[in-house]
Amino acid sequence: MITAFLLQGGGDAVAGGEFHPFLPGLVVLLPLLGFLANGWLALQHGKASADAVRAGGELDLGDRHSRPATHTLPTWIGPGVMALAFLITLVNFLRMLGAELHEPVVISYWTWMATGTFVVDAAIQLDQLSMVMMMIVTGVGFLIHVFSVGYMRDDAGYPRYFAYLNLFVFFMLVLVMGASYALVFVGWEGVGLCSYLLIGFWFSDREKSDAGKKAFIVNRIGDFGFLVAMFFLFREFGTLDFVPVFGEAEALVYGGGLVTAITLFFLLGAAGKSAQIPLYVWLPDAMAGPTPVSALIHAATMVTAGVYLVARSSVLFALSPVGSAAVATVGVLTALFAATIALKQNDIKKVLAYSTVSQLGYMFVGVGVGAYAAGVFHLMTHAFFKALLFLGSGAVIHAMHEAYHHTHKHDDPQDMRNMGGLRAAMPITWVTMWIATLAIAGIWPFAGFFSKDEIIWQIGAFGGAETAPYPALYTFIWVVALAAAMLTAFYMTRMMVMTFHGQNRTGAEESKHLHEAPAVMWVPLAVLAVLSVFGGWINVPEALQTAWVGLGGLLPTSEWLHHWLEPVTLQAHEVQLEHLGEVSHYAPFGGGEALWAAISTLAALTVVVATIQILGKRDVATPANDPQPTGFANVLANKYYVDEFYDRVIVQPIIRASRFCWKIIDATIIDGAVNLVGMLAKGMGWGISMFQSGSVNTYAFILTVGVLVILGASVF
Amino acid sequence: MEAFLFYFFFVMAIGAAVGVVLSKSPVGSLLFMVTTLFAISAEFVLLEAHFLAAVQVIVYAGAIMVLFLFVIMLLNLGHDYRQDLRVGVFSLAWVVVVSAMAGVVGWRTRGGEGLAASGAGAQEIQAALEQYGAVGAIAQPLYTTYVVPFEITGILLLVAIVGALVLAKRNA
Amino acid sequence: MMVEQTLFLSAALFIIGTFGVLVRRNAIIMFLCIELQLNAVNVAFVALSNVWGIDGQVFVFFVMTVAAAEAAVGLAIIISIFRHYQTVDVDNFNLLKW
Repeated sequence: MITAFLLQGGGDAVAGGEFHPFLPGLVVLLPLLGFLANGWLALQHGKASADAVRAGGELDLGDRHSRPATHTLPTWIGPGVMALAFLITLVNFLRMLGAELHEPVVISYWTWMATGTFVVDAAIQLDQLSMVMMMIVTGVGFLIHVFSVGYMRDDAGYPRYFAYLNLFVFFMLVLVMGASYALVFVGWEGVGLCSYLLIGFWFSDREKSDAGKKAFIVNRIGDFGFLVAMFFLFREFGTLDFVPVFGEAEALVYGGGLVTAITLFFLLGAAGKSAQIPLYVWLPDAMAGPTPVSALIHAATMVTAGVYLVARSSVLFALSPVGSAAVATVGVLTALFAATIALKQNDIKKVLAYSTVSQLGYMFVGVGVGAYAAGVFHLMTHAFFKALLFLGSGAVIHAMHEAYHHTHKHDDPQDMRNMGGLRAAMPITWVTMWIATLAIAGIWPFAGFFSKDEIIWQIGAFGGAETAPYPALYTFIWVVALAAAMLTAFYMTRMMVMTFHGQNRTGAEESKHLHEAPAVMWVPLAVLAVLSVFGGWINVPEALQTAWVGLGGLLPTSEWLHHWLEPVTLQAHEVQLEHLGEVSHYAPFGGGEALWAAISTLAALTVVVATIQILGKRDVATPANDPQPTGFANVLANKYYVDEFYDRVIVQPIIRASRFCWKIIDATIIDGAVNLVGMLAKGMGWGISMFQSGSVNTYAFILTVGVLVILGASVF
Repeated sequence: MEAFLFYFFFVMAIGAAVGVVLSKSPVGSLLFMVTTLFAISAEFVLLEAHFLAAVQVIVYAGAIMVLFLFVIMLLNLGHDYRQDLRVGVFSLAWVVVVSAMAGVVGWRTRGGEGLAASGAGAQEIQAALEQYGAVGAIAQPLYTTYVVPFEITGILLLVAIVGALVLAKRNA
Repeated sequence: MMVEQTLFLSAALFIIGTFGVLVRRNAIIMFLCIELQLNAVNVAFVALSNVWGIDGQVFVFFVMTVAAAEAAVGLAIIISIFRHYQTVDVDNFNLLKW
């Protein structure tokens, strides 16, 4: 049966002629098998350490060459299954590349559930969009698994870590490969679970396990939106499978209330998973997890699920101008909001976390203005350079941690005010992170330039379309997006300067122990750096290819990703063309695409250089000497007090209401009523038992009274 | 004359019955009971139930009451008795309840026009007495219409004898 | 025929019997009072047989039989209780309670 499962893929299920999938089920199955194997090892490991603790000690991992099998096997299993999954995905990708595939390939394995008219198959959908996502998930996922080997090697929970990480990849693949909203929701919940498990990986630390709970609970709000949207879809179409839903979607009224409601509820779900306003608060706290987890889950893959969802439902969003505008507005506000917070953060991972929130905002803007390919493009390049940034920060934290470990100092290894001048000790990390920084800042010719610039351009183009619904709104979004891009360049450069440049502030003794990461960690960095440089070249805009941006036509591809995704986004673009007409070829304030591309990259470059010049000369105070920021800077450092605001407005009232329900309604009224009934019965029983004196005369008396009652009833 | 006898025995029956309830000594109660039974037996005669009057005296007053007397003597309850009437609130409640009962019964038996006017039963009994004699008049329905209940009564008596023996036997 | 008066006699005897059952503690007296109640019923049967026919007198016959059986079994019970408690005062037999 397993063989049948694995080999299934040919036959009638395949549409689209040439494309023959190669063991697509195995891509999903491999991480699951990895999870089972690692999970079993983790349980064995847990037993061993429990025995050790019972014996009055602690499990000794020994030196690096003589560790128990439970600690060495995950090194091969975890990254191994990822490598295999990536290779299979690559084969499928190459096959799809060589085929003319216009319809998605849906492979159904078994009927998951059938209740009345509601039937959900355990089916995967292979098309251009899911293929891109699979490549990102398995490819970047593999690199991060490899990095984890170095980063987590000395952690006692090593097998458990890889079990969770494999499980996460499994659910993420279910999310991107599922052929219906129901299956996407399974993956959606599954990655949320793994996110919770990994954020709270060091659960003995109260703060970290609380961060996991926060992520889980905030995501619940989004999941509510997702569910309601699914209910609407089912009521309207009677199915949740992608193919029939999108096939009949155009029967919906354009801009009607139903499609708007569906898209807005999907937006709520996406905002929860992708950390957009107002549900972004969990992502910065999620940095409590191990840094590779932040790279994989909270930067490269899971948090982009919301973008994937919108891109997948592109037809529905194209049918709802209100829904699309809401997506774009939420995205751009998040981009600006998170970017301003990132300006004053001192924790290296917090900067990256807010940067992630901000970049996710860009992706939302992209899919919100109908540029679904651009949104997915930015998703992909962001996966490269943000994974690189997180892994680089992981290498930095690793070095800082070991340095402090040597001298038994208890300073915060993540605080950038303790770093500085690390480039001498960690040259590879320094170079690769600079590449990623230039990419995220949008400097030509790095990957981020192409994707971000295309999104910004598409805002203007969409807002300037013949019958664009809210031109003023889109102009505003365009301006804000440009401004946020400048902020991005600034805070990223600030992070780099504070971390790698200037004088070292780690401490005289500690700085001697700072060292470059081992090969198992820097090789993934190098691979990602290469991708961060060249990854953007697959989608050079057609209009720019012959201009300076495309090196006068030297860059090889022209809107390759755009064309690649065309079968998926075609329907949405047709809807858009029908109702909005041709998009504009000029930015809101005039000027063509080449001009604005030049302006934005030059501006970003100016910001980067200026920041290096200004901040590089300034001395950074160590945490102990750093004065409390004042005024607006203090507001930024405290993240606009949003957490405090939520606490005051939402959490505390709910706690008070819950306490009221508990103390008053439950403990007093309900329990009181229950106890009262019990006491009544008891009292009545006590009263009636008085008649049961055991005296025969009394019984005779009662009997007589009974006879009297019956007699009386017959007489009167 | 007949009316005088009726009321005489009437008063006698009720008086003796009150004596049964109020008498201190069990033997006294028993003798009052025998008196009551005799009075009732006399009323039976006045009501033309001669055979029953005889059975009343022989079985009730003769056999059952003697059985009671044997038990009293067996248990040695004949002397050092004490008053065991209940007094107090409960006793008052008894009185109220019993009075209510009397009220109900009195209400039920008020104005018995239908009873007095109908002499059908009396005529029927008269005819039976003339045809079969005092014993035959009862034996006729007892051995025809009611033969099955009559046999069952025999079984009941047998069971009662066995049961009484088992209960009263001085077990090991 | 004094049917009504006889019925009144029956009622009076029955009430006196009930009263006796309720107020006496001596088990044998209570038993006697029950016999009194049965006799009251007998009186009513005989009186009404003058209205409805001879069947009433047949019922009296049955009642007497049941009374005899009951007296036999009841007195046997009283004897065995007495053997156990050395008394026939029903206030001492109060095990039938909570």
